Amino acid sequence: MKAVCWMGTEKMSVENVPDPTILNPRDAIVRITSTCICGSDLHLYDGLMPTLEQGDILGHEFMGEVVEVGAGVNREKLKVGDRVVVPFTIACGNCFFCQQQLWSCCDNSNPNYWMAEKLMGYSPSGLFGYTHMLGGYAGGQAQYARVPYADVGPLKIPDGIPDEQVVFLSDIFPTGYMGAENCNIKPGDTIAIWGCGPVGLFAIRSAFLLGAERVIAIDRFDYRLKRAEDAGAEIINYEEVDDVVQLLKDMTGNIGPDACLDAVGMEAHYTGPMWALDRTKQVLRMQPDRPGVLREAIIACRKGGTVSVPGVYGGFIDKMPMGAYMNKGITMKTGQTHMMRYMKPLLELIQGGKIDPSFVVSHRVPIDKAPEMYKIFRDKQDHCTKVVLDPWANGASIAA
Amino acid sequence: MSEAARIHLENAESRQHRLSTAFRWSALITGGALALTGLSRRSKSGLALAAGGGLLSWLGAQAGTQQRELIARSSILLNCSPEQAYEFWSQIENLPLFMRHLESVTQIGENQSHWVAIGPLGKQLHWTAEIAFDRQGDVIAWRSLPDSEIYVDGVVKFRKAVGDRGTVVSVFVVYQPPAGSIGNAFAKMLGKDPNFMMRQDLHRLKALIETGEIPTVEGQTHGPRSGATAVARVLNPDDPIKGQGKITEIADARRRAS
Repeated sequence: MKAVCWMGTEKMSVENVPDPTILNPRDAIVRITSTCICGSDLHLYDGLMPTLEQGDILGHEFMGEVVEVGAGVNREKLKVGDRVVVPFTIACGNCFFCQQQLWSCCDNSNPNYWMAEKLMGYSPSGLFGYTHMLGGYAGGQAQYARVPYADVGPLKIPDGIPDEQVVFLSDIFPTGYMGAENCNIKPGDTIAIWGCGPVGLFAIRSAFLLGAERVIAIDRFDYRLKRAEDAGAEIINYEEVDDVVQLLKDMTGNIGPDACLDAVGMEAHYTGPMWALDRTKQVLRMQPDRPGVLREAIIACRKGGTVSVPGVYGGFIDKMPMGAYMNKGITMKTGQTHMMRYMKPLLELIQGGKIDPSFVVSHRVPIDKAPEMYKIFRDKQDHCTKVVLDPWANGASIAA
Repeated sequence: MSEAARIHLENAESRQHRLSTAFRWSALITGGALALTGLSRRSKSGLALAAGGGLLSWLGAQAGTQQRELIARSSILLNCSPEQAYEFWSQIENLPLFMRHLESVTQIGENQSHWVAIGPLGKQLHWTAEIAFDRQGDVIAWRSLPDSEIYVDGVVKFRKAVGDRGTVVSVFVVYQPPAGSIGNAFAKMLGKDPNFMMRQDLHRLKALIETGEIPTVEGQTHGPRSGATAVARVLNPDDPIKGQGKITEIADARRRAS
């Protein structure tokens, strides 16, 4: 089958690899019909996440049809022929954490749990195509994928809804939604959201769905800010203003946003001397993460407010404004998305016409174009917000 | 003192044990070097130096003759009742399903069982063990009988966890590897980090009891690997830092499970 492999920093390649097989009784094999490149894949592309290995298949946002199930899969929950969206977090459904609905903290799904423990104390769940530290599972930017604990994660999708409307239930829609939910929104709240990529855009819409009165979106690309504006947000292009924090104060009567959401993560861009320092440290491998957005979110947040962090961080940060965090009585909420909590209710929102997630798509291309799309997405060229790959199409781009 | 605190204390003691090993080797090497330097000087002070060096290496060698003993211990929370965990463990034929170094365990009598472990390079080690103490749903202790190729004594306890969260299983095992090359190799394999090895075993037990399978990526499809990765794997197949060890180890567990 064709699969998108990481062959080194900024080196992606579509390789012919053997088809996946059932390895454990509760596995299933899915024939993939749509798969996407996620913003968090760009951290892998840039070589910033430890324990990635040449030849690893990436991709964790995919859906398709079940073509094979292992002997241990509960046939009432999943059978051959089912059309499913596969969540990016892998969860067993049996451990303490799964039973607490903390699906992305599953205690059993990461065979390399001890690698993550060295860095984080405890290991989160395994993820598809996202480093060996997080399981080393082959990802879904391919024609087929092996899905462990297949009777727990995959969500059945009725026929009649196009892939494009539901494929984002695999990650970014629930991730944006949980980010907004973590903002602890009360009616009338003002939410500031850093990053107008796909997660940020879903977070904006989710914040409104959850009762926010104002959403202020921050980015530096006008085409992305335009999409935020379309979603109902007020916008700030941080490259065009002197001081984002001061502007947020001015916009809120010096109170500050009730919640600040970091939908950017470890590869944030910002301005000033701190940017130069953080970038240098990252290049020298002294600090894996560039925490400019997180710092700004903490400083900007109103007293007693909430900072929500769906953006991915991998390791350690310097100059954490702990004083502001402590003295202002801020709550911070974080985590990989607890997918199985959100997929079904969000599918119902889609079915009920409350939201059409396909608004986020900017590129639909055959899988062979994946390597160049990584670069275009990373460099924010061609007004790229979201790339959907067709694993079975051949030749040039079908539509742009 | 809580179980965890006791384990930490005992781990500190075993670190001291490793320190004494370090002393032994540094004494042997430094002593040897001093003796050689002293002899090569062909003078009275040189002779004194050589004598001092000889004494030091003798001390080092003496420190090395004490009985080798390796201790592995760990504990883990299982999402099941103490009775279920006890039940699974007391079927000792189950142990090789999750214990990496075990090839098989066979019941050979009321109280006795025959154990086969795989040492380095696939060498087998055999021993016979008897149950020393057994309290239903609570604790099992076993000890190896005389004339075993390796002495392995251990105890496993099952305690109900607070907050109705299941069972904390804690294991304590003492290994006395035999003299000779196989014993040395086995000791080396265990000695890298016996606690880590036990923890890996318990993690597999947890997955097996809770989900019915042991998570794995061994044998899955991937793109072309680099030569450097292949070489690193061959050079050090069970380095717990690089993350390659688990692959062979899961393969072993899977082979036994199938």
